[in-house]
Parts: sequence; C-alpha cells; structure tokens
Amino acid sequence: MSFESAGYQLLPVLPELVLAVGAMVLLMIGAFRVGQTTRLVTGLSVCLLVVTGVLELLLPSGKVTTFGGSFIVDDFARFLKILALIGSTATLVLSIEYLADSSRRIFEYSILVLLSTLGMMVLISAGDLIMLYLGLELMSLALYVVAASNRDNAKSTEAGLKYFVLGALSSGMLLYGASLIYGFTGTVGFAGVAAAVKTGSVGIVFGLVFLLAGLCFKISAVPFHMWTPDVYEGAPTPVTAFFASAPKVAALAVFTRVALTAFPGIIPQWQQIVVFVAIASMALGSFAAIGQKNIKRLMAYSSIGHMGFALVGLAAGTAEGAQGVLVYIAIYVAMTLGSFAVILTMKRNGQHFENISDFAGLSRTNPLLAFFFAMLLFSLAGVPPLAGFFAKFYVFVAAIKAGLFTLSVVGVLTSVVGAYYYLLIVKVMYFDEPLPQVDPMRMELRTVLAVAGLFNIFFFVYPGPLVSVATSAAKSLF
Amino acid sequence: MTTWPILSVVTFLPVVGAFLMYISRGDDEAARRNSRWIALWSTLITFAVSLMLVWRFDPSQPDFQFVEKAPWLANTIVYHMGVDGISLPFVILTTALMPFCIIASWKSVTMRVREYMMAFLLLETLMVGTFCALDLVLFYLFFEGGLIPMFLIIGVWGGPRRVYASFKFFLYTLLGSVLMLLAIMALYWNAGTTDIPTLMHTAVPRSLQTWAWLAFFASFAVKLPMWPVHTWLPDAHVEAPTAGSVILAAILLKMGGYGFLRFSLPMFPLASHDFAPLIFSLSVIAIIYTSLVALMQEDIKKLIAYSSVAHMGFVTMGIFAGTTQGVAGGVFQMVSHGIVSGALFLCVGIVYDRMHTREISAYGGLVNRMPLYALVFMVFTMANVGLPGTSGFVGEFMTLIGTFKVSIPTATFATTGVILSAAYALWLYRKVIFGALVKPSLASIKDLTFRESLTLMPLMALTLLFGFYPKPVLDMSAASVQQLVNNYNTAVSAVKAAALLQ
Repeated sequence: MSFESAGYQLLPVLPELVLAVGAMVLLMIGAFRVGQTTRLVTGLSVCLLVVTGVLELLLPSGKVTTFGGSFIVDDFARFLKILALIGSTATLVLSIEYLADSSRRIFEYSILVLLSTLGMMVLISAGDLIMLYLGLELMSLALYVVAASNRDNAKSTEAGLKYFVLGALSSGMLLYGASLIYGFTGTVGFAGVAAAVKTGSVGIVFGLVFLLAGLCFKISAVPFHMWTPDVYEGAPTPVTAFFASAPKVAALAVFTRVALTAFPGIIPQWQQIVVFVAIASMALGSFAAIGQKNIKRLMAYSSIGHMGFALVGLAAGTAEGAQGVLVYIAIYVAMTLGSFAVILTMKRNGQHFENISDFAGLSRTNPLLAFFFAMLLFSLAGVPPLAGFFAKFYVFVAAIKAGLFTLSVVGVLTSVVGAYYYLLIVKVMYFDEPLPQVDPMRMELRTVLAVAGLFNIFFFVYPGPLVSVATSAAKSLF
Repeated sequence: MTTWPILSVVTFLPVVGAFLMYISRGDDEAARRNSRWIALWSTLITFAVSLMLVWRFDPSQPDFQFVEKAPWLANTIVYHMGVDGISLPFVILTTALMPFCIIASWKSVTMRVREYMMAFLLLETLMVGTFCALDLVLFYLFFEGGLIPMFLIIGVWGGPRRVYASFKFFLYTLLGSVLMLLAIMALYWNAGTTDIPTLMHTAVPRSLQTWAWLAFFASFAVKLPMWPVHTWLPDAHVEAPTAGSVILAAILLKMGGYGFLRFSLPMFPLASHDFAPLIFSLSVIAIIYTSLVALMQEDIKKLIAYSSVAHMGFVTMGIFAGTTQGVAGGVFQMVSHGIVSGALFLCVGIVYDRMHTREISAYGGLVNRMPLYALVFMVFTMANVGLPGTSGFVGEFMTLIGTFKVSIPTATFATTGVILSAAYALWLYRKVIFGALVKPSLASIKDLTFRESLTLMPLMALTLLFGFYPKPVLDMSAASVQQLVNNYNTAVSAVKAAALLQ
C-alpha cells in the first residue's frame, strides 16, 4: 500500500509545507547573509504569507482530509486560514517601523510570526486532539517569544514571561482534558469522539471542561482572561496587534470545530459552559474597560468582550451560529487591525503615547485619521450601519433562533455599556481641546487603516460575499 | 409607476452633497461659504425631488407606493423602500425642514462648518431612510445610524454641558433600541422574513406579540420620548445647537411615533390592545406632569422641550386609541408639532444668537425693540397652546375625540393639558416679550433680519394654513390610516369573538 492511498496525501498540506520550508529558508537568509537583513526578511515573509494564501485558495474545493483524518481542509478551514493569514500579513506590515528601529534589529521577529502562523493553520485544520495540541503549541511558543521581543524593556519581558507561565498552565489543562477524553472514548479523532460521545458521562464532561478551559485561555475569555490586559499593555504595540487578531482567529476556529464536530452529541452540556463564558466575557469586557486610561489595556478588555460576543454565536450550536462566529471574527479582525494602525500612529516627536487623553482633539489636527478611528470605534460598539453591527447581528440572530433569550438580552445590554467606553474615546477626539499635532502617518499604516476603515464603513453596501462565504464555511462543519 | 428610483434619490441625495463638501477641502472663509451653499442647495434639491413624490402620490391607494427592491443582505433581507400615506408626510416634513436648519446655522455656526454641514446632510439621509425603509433590518440601520451624527452635533457644537447631554442621548436611545433589535430577530425567525409589508399580514403568536411589543415599545418610548424615559430630551435640547434642537424636536422624536404606527399597531394588534391602558396612563401622566414641570423652567429651551413631551403624549394617546380620528390625529399632531416646535426652537435660537443666554429672566419687553419677532413668536406660541386656527388645535382636537370614543377618563384628563399648556406658554410669552424693556443688555437688540424672516415666515404660513385647512395632510394619510385602523379592529374583534365563543 502506497503512502498516498493510505490517506496521507500531501496536497492538502501544501500551503503549510510551503510556509514551513519558506520560514526555514528565511531563517537561513537572516542568519547567514552579511549585513542588515531585517528589512529583506520582513519583506520576503510578507510575500511568503501571500503565496501561502494564494495556494490555500487554489486547493481543490470541498472537504479533504489527510494524515488519517487528523488534518482537515474544508471551507471552514479555508475561510479561517485566509483570515489568519490576512491578520499575520497585516501585523508584519504594521511592524515595519518597530523593526526598523536600529536599536533592535531582529529579523527573527518575522520568522516567529511565520511559525506562529503555521501553528495557527495547523490548529485551524486540526482533526484530532494531537494535531490540535501541536498547532496550539507551535502558535503559542512563537507568541511567547515575540511578546518579549523588546528585550531591553522590562514591561515587554514581563509580558512575555507572564504569557508563557500562564500559557503553559493552560496547555497543561488542555492536555489533561484531552487525555480524559481519550480515556473515556478510546480515540483522539474528532469524528471518533463524536461517534463515541452520545451522552455526557461525568468523565467526558470533565475532559470537555478542561479542554474548553485551555481554549478559553487562548481566546482570552473570562474567567481565563487575566493575562490579557497585562500582556496587551506590556508587549510592543505591533505584537499586541498580532495577539488581538490572528491567534484569536485560530483559537476561536478550533473552539468552534471541537465543540461542533467532536461533541455534537452533548450540546446541552457544553452549551451552558459557553453561555456562562460568553456572558462573563461580555460583562467583564464592558465594565472593566470603562476605567482604563491606557488605550492598549482598553483594547485588551474590548477584545475580551468581543470574544464573548463571538461565543454567543457558538452557544447556539447551530449552522447559523457557526456562520455568526465566522462573520464576527472576520469583521473583528478588520476592526482590530484598523484600530491598531491608528494606535501605532500615535506619536509626537517620535515618542509613542498610549494614554487615551493624548488623543485629545485629534479630529481637529488630523480630521481624516480621527474620522476613521471614530468609525472603527462606533463599529466596535456595534452601531449600525457599520460593519460591527452586522457582526453582532448574525450572532444574535443565531442565539435568538436557538432560544437563548437571556443570553441575548444580557449580550445586547452589555453592548450598550461597552458603547460607553468607545464613545469616551470619540469624545476625547472630537469634543476636547486639541493637543499638538501628531507625527505624520507612515505609508504602511495608512494602507492598513484605509483598507480596514473602508471595509468597515462600506461593508453594509455589499455584505453579500462575506456572508455567503461564511455560510458555506459554516455548513462544512455539519 | 416610476421608472427611476425616486425614493433612493431623495434618501441619498444629501450624502452626495456631503461627499461634494468633503472633496472641497480647506478651512478658510471661502471654503466655509462653499460648505454652506452646498448644504443649502443639496437640501433644497432634495426637497424639490421629494415634492415630486407628493405630486405623483396617489392618496386613494392605502398601500405602499414608489416601491423599490434590490437584493441586499441575504435572500430574505432585502433593500426595500416605499412610502404610504403614513410615512410620506414625515418624509416631506424632513426634507422641508432641512433647508431651514441650514439657514438657521448660517451665521451661528462658525467653527468646523464643513463637518457640521456634513453631519446634517448625513442625518437627513438617515432620517428620510428611516421613514422609507420597508425592511426591518434596513429600518433599524437608518434608525440607529442617526445616533452617530446627532451625537457629534450635540457633542461638538453644543453648549457647556454638551458631553453629558450627548452621552445621555446616545446611550439612552441605544439601550432602548437594542431590545428592539432582538425583537426584530425573533420576528424574522417567526415569519422567515423582515419584509415589513409581509410582516403586517403575518399573524404573530400572542406571547411573541407581547414580548415583541414591549421590546419595540422600549425603543420608541425612549425616542418619542414618553414619560418616564424622557429625561434625556431636555438635556439634549438645551445643549444642542439651534438646528440640532430643531431636528431633534421636529423629526427625530417623530420616529418613535412613526414606529408605533408602522410596527406596534399593525404587527402586534392584540398586544397593542392589551397595553393600550398602559399607554393611556403614561400619556396622561406625560401631558399633565411634564406640563407642570414646564411651568417651573427657567430656561426657554427646556420649557419647550418639556412641552414637546406633553404634546407627544397626545400622539401616543391618539395612536393607541385605535380609532380613525385618533390615528389620523396622531399623524397630524406629529406633523404640526414638527413645524411648530421646530419654529419655536428657531425663535429661541434667534434671541440666543443675540444675547447668548436662554434664561427666561434675562429677557423681557422684547416687543418694544422686536415687533416682528413678537408677532411670529406669538403665532407659534398659540399654535403650541393649540388655539383654534393654528395647526396645533387640529391635532390635539382629533386625538382627543379619537380617544373619547375609547376611554372617557383618559380624554378628560388629557384635556386639562390644553389648559396647562396655555398656562406655561402664555407665561413664557409674557415674560419674554411683554413688560417694559428695562434690562440694559436688551436696549440695542435688533429685530429679525431678512435671513431669519426667511426661516420663520414659511413655517408661520404653514401653521396657519394647516390650522384653517388641514385637508392636504389628512387626505394624504386618510386611506392608509383607514386601512391600518380596519386591520387593527378586525384583529382585535376576532380575538374578542373567539373569547366569547369559549
């Protein structure tokens, strides 16, 4: 029996292979090429991510599995991989300035982002618990290092360390859960688990709880969110942008896939966990953000809240719910990247500032920048007709259909509380007396902001494509 | 009927104007002048096009006209626009008042003129869209989207407590509306569509009716506003710039009433019937209580704001009476209040521009220096009181007879509001206009300029015209109102009959 006929085709993993090999090649280039290589490696990394994305799109459509079912490429995986690749690419573009700083010429940064992205792609395609763990660890290990990439800065190092220690703890929990599940079902494949789990025995539910706890940590959902504000604040801003976008996509993807494809038999059991986590995240994200003075901390709480909203869709446990999650995460990535492009622009005389009060009067010194940021904030708050409204619309539509009325009512009420702190930033930018002009915006930041901002504002004109792709992606899970 | 999408043109023309303004850069005097003129012409052209709607509208048809449909969100959520006799008056009211708002801001807004005008044009699009939308999601989009420009208008160009007022306005309205959004979703799963005409003919289960009615009520009651959720209104009014107050009083409040007419009554007739006593009580409290509160005010704008709440009480009372007179009176009262309260805020803006205060005690004896102003202000004050011969009388009278048929106590208590409104309005008029001109600061105050007369005279003419001859508005809405009332009564009596059989 040949290698291929045994279910080990390599075509479905071609994009991952290209990315892995490419990352190694770039590492060699960076290590052995004489002179400054950061620029070159970063540029090539961006190209590599684009090539990977194109390959992903060129793969034959439909559901393909390989490695004996442990690696799945379906519409769901394709959608989220493209999204994760967009997130990583944009992050690298946003990092150009950070990397150009002569005091820390670190070409490894881009390689680590590439490897982390590779981990995400594996994670998104994972078809069993082993692959899930592999992907998760590859993604996270690279993230721990980039969090601490600003070596001389105590805060950055602290962020990296904190993230590492807590991340290791969560990996432990996840592994414990995975072993319980294996012990009670005798298999690690999601399809096998689904076939074995028809009723929620105590052992399975225990395993499920630990598994979901590990995943909640990665998407920074309450009560496993404690690391988020500190890491977001401590890590260099481009890294924070990275944390807030691509890894969230991957972790949420695997969360959705595990819940819906491995445990469809015990939806009521995991539904209550997800409902609790969603309510807690939305509430904490909205209330805790109110008092924040630092924009990065605020974005951390905001992302906690947003993950809660995304989980509202998952809690429905239906195809509509999965579609809602996908639309939500896609729009969330756009809004987050746009917002971080603005935050990265915020410097005067070469000095970055992160306090919200420093945004004062931005609408008068930089009208266009302030306008885009205000629109992004309104969108994050979920005010129509901006994209963020549609994100919330789809998850709540699914929740209402599933009869989760309490969750929905709590969700929309916390979104009003959340609107308050987004409005506070708009207030600072529009109503307060202006501070001196900020430095001119760099070209690459402008590009990211323009793409994200225009997508965000004009999404309502033609929402069809994203929604229909998300629909078919969600269907591939059922 | 039409070959070109006339409603979309009316809705989106202001955005085109805003875009033109955006590309004409610069912040010097010339750019400011350009912005003003572009804004004025955009609103005037929009108004002209909207008049074509009146021209081509067939008032004998109760159904939606000028219907446009285009695929949008999914197969079931479409871009669906159309007007009937209930929404058309509001569309015209919006497009007609916008040029006045622009003219009223001509001199008084000097800071960030371009953004100001853009915000207003954007707001016009969203308001017209709200009245034309025939899909619930589309409606929600326009309805809520209006919060953003209004938030900025109050917050950037408002008075000293503008931040507080703008936040209160935004969060209050958002809180009401998100619950409505959930109800919209529930309706969507119930009927499989968010198409408003379809939903009007879809039976909704009784329990869903109750909950959905309450959710819609949460949104519209805040928007209208009804007692006890009216407290954002005085703050927003006082802090908003003149034109912002005009829009707020004349149009944004009407969205709540329009919502009751468009959704609550036709889609949830049974719940509306069940909750009518609640609405009657709240309306009567609004009429009496806020009129008394208005008597105590020291700020002119606040007084008018409270009087708005009282007048909206007549509207809700009339609508939920469910009689032809009540509903038609509600529509008329909203149109009339739109003109009158808008004009009153313009009048306040005129003295505010001269004196930079809205304290009632800072004025007195204006008739000596401003005879023309005194005349105009008197007409609008009388219209606010509801004196026969002004448009205010027609609306109040019709809602009162409409309610009288259903609930005599409600009508009786509401009628006292007419007296109370006379009390505070005349008191205000006497304090501001009459008496001796003793305050030195007023000694050199000037009468209306040509520009100011231009904003007030047409509104005065309309107030008097509709007072003596309300037929144009009533005719326009008659067929649609009749259909609405018939459907409502059929649904309610069917349930009553079923209850008797058991």
